[in-house]
Amino acid sequence: MPFRVHSLSNFLHMSLHIQDLHASLENGTEILRGVTLEIPAGEIHAIMGPNGSGKSTLSKVIASHKSYLPTAGKITMDGKDISEMSIDERSRAGIFLAFQYPNEVPGVSNANFIRAALQSRLPKGQDIDAVGYYKSLYEKMDLLEMDRKFTARAVNEGFSGGEKKRNEILQMMMLDPKYCIMDETDSGLDIDALKIVAKGVNAMRSPDRGMLLITHYQRLLDYIKPDHVHVMSEGRIVKSGGPELALELEEKGYDFLKEPALA
Amino acid sequence: MSFQDTDSAVLDADTQNAIDVDRTKGDFKFPENHKFDAGWGLTSATVDYISDVKDDPDWVREFRHKALAVFESKKTPTNWATTDLDNIDFDKIRYYLSDGQKPKRSWDEVPPEVLETFERLGIPQQERAFLAGVEAQYDSEATYSNMKEELSKQGVIFVTSAEGLKEHEEIFRPYFGKVIPTGDNKYSALNSAVFSGGSFIYIPKGVKLKQPLQAYFRINSESFGQFERTLIIADEGSEVMYMEGCTAPKFETATLHSAVVELVALKGAKIQYVTVQNWSSNVFNLVTKRGLAMEDAEVRWIDCNIGSRLTMKYPGVIMKGEGARGEVISIALANTGQHQDTGAKMIHAANNTTSNVVSKSISIGEGRSTYRGQVHIPKHLKGCKNNTECDALLINSNSRTDTYPAITVKGNRHATQHEASVSQVSEEMLFYMQQRGLDQGQAMSLAVNGFINELVREFPMEYSVELKRLIDLEMEGSVG
Repeated sequence: MPFRVHSLSNFLHMSLHIQDLHASLENGTEILRGVTLEIPAGEIHAIMGPNGSGKSTLSKVIASHKSYLPTAGKITMDGKDISEMSIDERSRAGIFLAFQYPNEVPGVSNANFIRAALQSRLPKGQDIDAVGYYKSLYEKMDLLEMDRKFTARAVNEGFSGGEKKRNEILQMMMLDPKYCIMDETDSGLDIDALKIVAKGVNAMRSPDRGMLLITHYQRLLDYIKPDHVHVMSEGRIVKSGGPELALELEEKGYDFLKEPALA
Repeated sequence: MSFQDTDSAVLDADTQNAIDVDRTKGDFKFPENHKFDAGWGLTSATVDYISDVKDDPDWVREFRHKALAVFESKKTPTNWATTDLDNIDFDKIRYYLSDGQKPKRSWDEVPPEVLETFERLGIPQQERAFLAGVEAQYDSEATYSNMKEELSKQGVIFVTSAEGLKEHEEIFRPYFGKVIPTGDNKYSALNSAVFSGGSFIYIPKGVKLKQPLQAYFRINSESFGQFERTLIIADEGSEVMYMEGCTAPKFETATLHSAVVELVALKGAKIQYVTVQNWSSNVFNLVTKRGLAMEDAEVRWIDCNIGSRLTMKYPGVIMKGEGARGEVISIALANTGQHQDTGAKMIHAANNTTSNVVSKSISIGEGRSTYRGQVHIPKHLKGCKNNTECDALLINSNSRTDTYPAITVKGNRHATQHEASVSQVSEEMLFYMQQRGLDQGQAMSLAVNGFINELVREFPMEYSVELKRLIDLEMEGSVG
């Protein structure tokens, strides 16, 4: 292409926009206490923060997990309020959550599971082309260095931690979402597996896609370069900056967040 | 062991629809047209009426009367089984209904409404496609019974039990009531008193049937009891697969189905008996099934229970010859208003006998599943093996599942293993699947399908297709 309008999506307000989001557990405990964050298409954002800061909760609230009740604020996707959308509607609209602890689905093969997920995006009566499906699946599996036998194995059943995480990235690649939220995708990965996962994520970088990486460690960000880094603490974004913020956190630890200047 | 979930989540309508069983296909009926009707209730006059209509030989009439006495003497087994059994009113059941016609060899001769019934159920079509022979029973009697001509030439016998006991007494009588004695339980005694219909099959030595024989049991009349009796004898080295299906319209009143099925596999023979039970949800289905496996013989029960109000059925194998094998593969689906009380009995009575039980039950809504297993290996034997696996899947709060395994192994020269699991389609698993785009119903269907997947493969291909339709997982096109 002669020229590329990187910010076309910005121009059209293409973003996942979280505005003053509050969410509580059923028992009333407030976990998110006013999160505001905009992830425009084309950008990669990272959220870091100590355990219990609400990072994973944020990802689940975006996906509409039943355990958390949004009590205030809203989430819009490309300008559209998604509050009333169900879990699967949000998924089909383009929100993908790569799980920290992916669930097992006993007896359902990976190939069938991913195919079912793709099929759910088609109008009734229209079927996935099996040949094209496997071609696309194998391409992505090759990129993620996954054995072909993997297609026949039941979803996440008996998978190692690394295999589960790779499987999440494979599903993400197959479903081609507009907004990817990756919850501690790096946890439990050795360095080789981390590089493979990063390769998959980097392959998905696109001006049309926004990504949110939730992580505890700087390590992941060595391989997937974020545009913005946010620090979350006690249910709020307490600091935002560029990639250098991650390095600062790595160096100083989360304790520096407790300094009065940041409160 | 008993498991009951206390969470109170309720399924939404879509989910319920998606996992609900499709009963619409069998839910129709035609006006009754009976020449013979034994009337309401069961007395010795009822037994005589049936014997008269069927023109029973004296030994059969006597067998029936003795059985009636046993039935009357036996208590309803509510000491261990559900008290729902007390809701069967034996005075409000009709024990014999037929149009007095002999089973036809051609569908063209079958009365139009009966033909339409079986056509709607797809039986003649299946027969043309993949079956070696079919018997279709309508209320008390078979209306159609036919088998491929080449099989008759090989000496295969596939007739109704009435024809079997009259025309083939020399083969029939030595085994009839021997695998399952009249007094085995109250309902086997009931069947022995009033039995009508069912199949008699004899496979001669060394004959291996490539295609299955099939029986289809249809109840058309309200407040009726169907009591078919089946005896299959596979002579040395022969092989046969028998498949049975069943449906009834949904009536206001309870209907009773109480069958007795006896299998005899002589030396080196193999019998596979496949059932897809889809009675409407007001049928009490109290069935006794047992096989006898002689030296190196194999009896496999592949049993799927989807319908009925209450099913009590524990297919068994008595391994009487050295090297005999017995197997029960079972799938049970209990929805709200249903209780699937199923299991297996494995009786090892010779050295080096092997048995395998794999049972999977799914309880939905207020549906209840019970597994009762019995494995018996006496002390004087050696080299016997049993493997028992029972897995239960609970779909929502009010489901209940119980497992009562009884493994009696005496002596130390045997190998047995038993595994049981109870799992749920958890909120987290559903969340995961829904996050990939499946709606709740599709996610539930896929989870249930995955749970039974390994067993569905055990069913013959044609039946696994039927099974899919029946369980109505309604994949909604999701996995093609």
